[in-house]
Amino acid sequence: MVPLNYFLVLSAVLFAIGTAGVFLRRNLITVLLSVEIMLNAVNLTFVAVGRYLGTVDGQIIVFFVMTVAAAEAAVGLALVISLFRHRETLSPDAFTALKW
Amino acid sequence: MLLLIPLLPFAGFLINATLGRRLAKSISGGIACLAIIAAFVVSLLAVLDLRGAAGVHALRQVVFTWLPSGDLQIPFELYLDPLSSLMILVITGIGSLIHIYSTGYMHDEPDSEYARYFSYLNLFASFMLVLVLGANMPVMFIGWEGVGLCSYLLIGFWFTKKSAADAGKKAFIVNRIGDFGFVLGMLLLFTTFTTLDFQQLAVAVSSHATEAGSWGVITIATMLLFLGATGKSAQIPLYVWLPDAMEGPTPVSALIHAATMVTAGVYMIGRNAVLFTHAPHTLAVVAGIGVATALMAGTIGLVQNDIKRVLAYSTVSQLGYMFLAMGVGAYAAGIFHLYTHAFFKALLFLGSGSVIHALSGEQDLRNMGGLKKYLPITYWTFLIGALAIAGVPLLSGFFSKDEILFRTFSGGHVLLWAIGIVTSLLTATYMFRLVFLAFHGERRHDAPAAPAHPEEEEPAAHGHGHAAPAAHGHGHGGGHGTPHEAPWSMAIPLILLAVGSVVAGYVGVPHALKGSNEIESFLAPSFEASRSVPSRTASAAGGAAFQTVAVQEARTEQPGAEPASHEPAADEATELTLMGISVGIAFAGIGLAWFFWQRNRPLTDSLARQFGGPYRLLLNKYYVDELYDAAIVQPIKLLSTGALWKGVDAGLIDGTVNGVGALVRVGSTRLRRLQTGSIRTYAASLFLGVALILGWYLWL
Amino acid sequence: MDVIAFYVFGAIAIAASLGVVGQRNPMHSVMLLISSFGALAGLYVILDAPFTAVTQIIIYAGAIMVLFLFVVMLLNVPREEPAPASLAGMLGPRAIKAAAVLSVVMGAELLYAVLSIAQSFFSAGHAGSVSSVANIGQALFTKHAFAFEVTSILILVSMVGAVVLAQKEHR
Repeated sequence: MVPLNYFLVLSAVLFAIGTAGVFLRRNLITVLLSVEIMLNAVNLTFVAVGRYLGTVDGQIIVFFVMTVAAAEAAVGLALVISLFRHRETLSPDAFTALKW
Repeated sequence: MLLLIPLLPFAGFLINATLGRRLAKSISGGIACLAIIAAFVVSLLAVLDLRGAAGVHALRQVVFTWLPSGDLQIPFELYLDPLSSLMILVITGIGSLIHIYSTGYMHDEPDSEYARYFSYLNLFASFMLVLVLGANMPVMFIGWEGVGLCSYLLIGFWFTKKSAADAGKKAFIVNRIGDFGFVLGMLLLFTTFTTLDFQQLAVAVSSHATEAGSWGVITIATMLLFLGATGKSAQIPLYVWLPDAMEGPTPVSALIHAATMVTAGVYMIGRNAVLFTHAPHTLAVVAGIGVATALMAGTIGLVQNDIKRVLAYSTVSQLGYMFLAMGVGAYAAGIFHLYTHAFFKALLFLGSGSVIHALSGEQDLRNMGGLKKYLPITYWTFLIGALAIAGVPLLSGFFSKDEILFRTFSGGHVLLWAIGIVTSLLTATYMFRLVFLAFHGERRHDAPAAPAHPEEEEPAAHGHGHAAPAAHGHGHGGGHGTPHEAPWSMAIPLILLAVGSVVAGYVGVPHALKGSNEIESFLAPSFEASRSVPSRTASAAGGAAFQTVAVQEARTEQPGAEPASHEPAADEATELTLMGISVGIAFAGIGLAWFFWQRNRPLTDSLARQFGGPYRLLLNKYYVDELYDAAIVQPIKLLSTGALWKGVDAGLIDGTVNGVGALVRVGSTRLRRLQTGSIRTYAASLFLGVALILGWYLWL
Repeated sequence: MDVIAFYVFGAIAIAASLGVVGQRNPMHSVMLLISSFGALAGLYVILDAPFTAVTQIIIYAGAIMVLFLFVVMLLNVPREEPAPASLAGMLGPRAIKAAAVLSVVMGAELLYAVLSIAQSFFSAGHAGSVSSVANIGQALFTKHAFAFEVTSILILVSMVGAVVLAQKEHR
């Protein structure tokens, strides 16, 4: 039996990697990909803990998370497309209209 | 029933204040006069009631419980005993005569002003009656403040004239300084004795030892009360408002500044006689200040050129006599002089009003003369008043002034007596100077026309004292046409007051002249503590409210009080001698006045020029006003403008408010830089938050 | 046996994720992410959650990643410019540098949190029959029925949103 901790550590590491990706990458699509990594890390946590608690609820949550992730990816990409049309670039630094 | 006495004039005030401007003069004047005459009738009835009931020594009436607050139980209570009976008769009686006089004097005013005048006059009478009828200090204080207010309103009656408005303000403010002392004294008495009812205070104090050698609570409290009295009764140091108060209409000067309001201080000391008897230091101060004021005012009055100013200083001087009497423990003598002084001073003021009225506003003595033949009634009544104040025998002033001087001498205060005698001389002199200058000889026009004469500093030059406001005007300026005698509405009060000045003194004929000095025995119970004090919380529920309670008498003998009604025979010789001296002095004064101002006027004028320095000093009232201005008024102004206005208000308070605004603005300018617009920065700050929260939960 | 599988799949997942974050070519990033998802599916199998594993492949790797791929190809996303040589330059503005540090800190916090969970808290594990599809279905449609329905609306909304947002501008 793999101890729970192992899964949790793995998940933490993946989450951190995803976080780093969010603000280190200068390409919007890659930023979205990093968000997906983070979501997956969370999914792993849920399933692992659900397994070790003996319930099925962990997997239910994962089911919903995946759904939401899909929806979010769709809308996010649509936004990226329209932004690209506007500015011809995908670097986050180009979009600074929300200034003071 | 006691409540009716102040209530009637108050009703008159309400009617005239609200409806007056629409009423014809005869109606508004009539209402006012009716109110005060009715008050006089009720007072008379109340006094007869008191006298008639055997063994009863005072009447009380609790109207309602005013301040029920723990230990402090203050009912609005009225109290009638011999002292206050005398006062209410004087106030309502002489007040009625002055009201009647005013209907004639103020006749040229427009309707609304006329009504306003009478409403103020009634209000004043109402407050003064509350003052003297009050059974405890707070009720007296209501009256005290109220008459100060009315004094302000009436002095500044012609408020469009700057000097009148200023005089009103000065009166009020100087009075307030005195009132401050009064309140402190009142509070001190309350904290020491937990009661403010006069009779209870007297009982409580009489169980204390006399503070002969020390400065105890009673001494300090009475000193503070006396400070209030100096403000109200125009003694040193707070007398400066009274001469300026002559800016008001002359009947106002007669009523307020001769017969009634200024006597409030004397009355207050009389009412608290037991307290003051237990504080010999205060009595010494009272006597000293009284006699000093008398002397000082007498000297100033000698050289003034405005007829009303002379009378004003004369009032201050006579008040000094009353305080001298109170200070040597002769309370009844002081009140006696108050009573006679009311008659002849009111008479003198009203007479001067008649002169001013006849001359269409001229007030400068140097522009008068020879009025004897034009104004006979005024002249003869005025002469009677002048003789009375000078202390000529058989007139009222003689008896009262003499009583004071005798008691001063026999109390061992020889120096005070000597100063008193000198002041008597001055009194006779300046008063007859006035008579001779105004009524005798030929009409003169000696006053300089332009006000900028360096030697004359008083505003006598604008002799149209009361004719300046736009609404008031006789057809012609001073000096043209023959002066006309006063109308009957003015003449009758003059005659009645003259009669009073003669006969009023006969209630106090001393034993030395085989009289029985009834007034002293009449007033004596008021100056002692009575044992039969009703319980403290006299509540005013239901029907009991308006019943006057008769207070049975059971007097205790005061260890320190002067024996009231008997004088040893040996003193009678002294008294006769002293009497002789003061009579001689009176005639000497008249003679001096005749010599200097009737016979040898050029000599007088040249003397004035020769002794220019002292003359100017007296003419400018010893420069006291200037001194006060420099020492007190200017520093306060500087402090207010420089420190309080600029420093505290503009700097501190505005600075704080503006500072908060500036702080917010600066803060927000810095804070808004967080919105960089860069998405990555936003994401970064998100994760910063997450990291911090995680850290919080993990390690704390 | 399981442990070895865990380490293998774990290593693949981490390596792939690092690649996603470090790669400059977006196409490569997407591919690497697909492989990461595959590794995760394997991990789910180890955890006795076959249904989740399959769902992961179908939805994530099969649908979402394909979507990403389409967009990348549609936009013809260029290679990202090479990062500036220095680490400071790579990270960009100051705030970002600070945040980078923070993500490490956060990771450390997570690890700390995770490691301090008492092992004995969890039971040794139940049989895999708990996670049968039937059980999942039962829980989903009874206990969590409301959330299920709401999710459908969510998907509808996102569909509409995506269509609207990605429209060519009129005129």
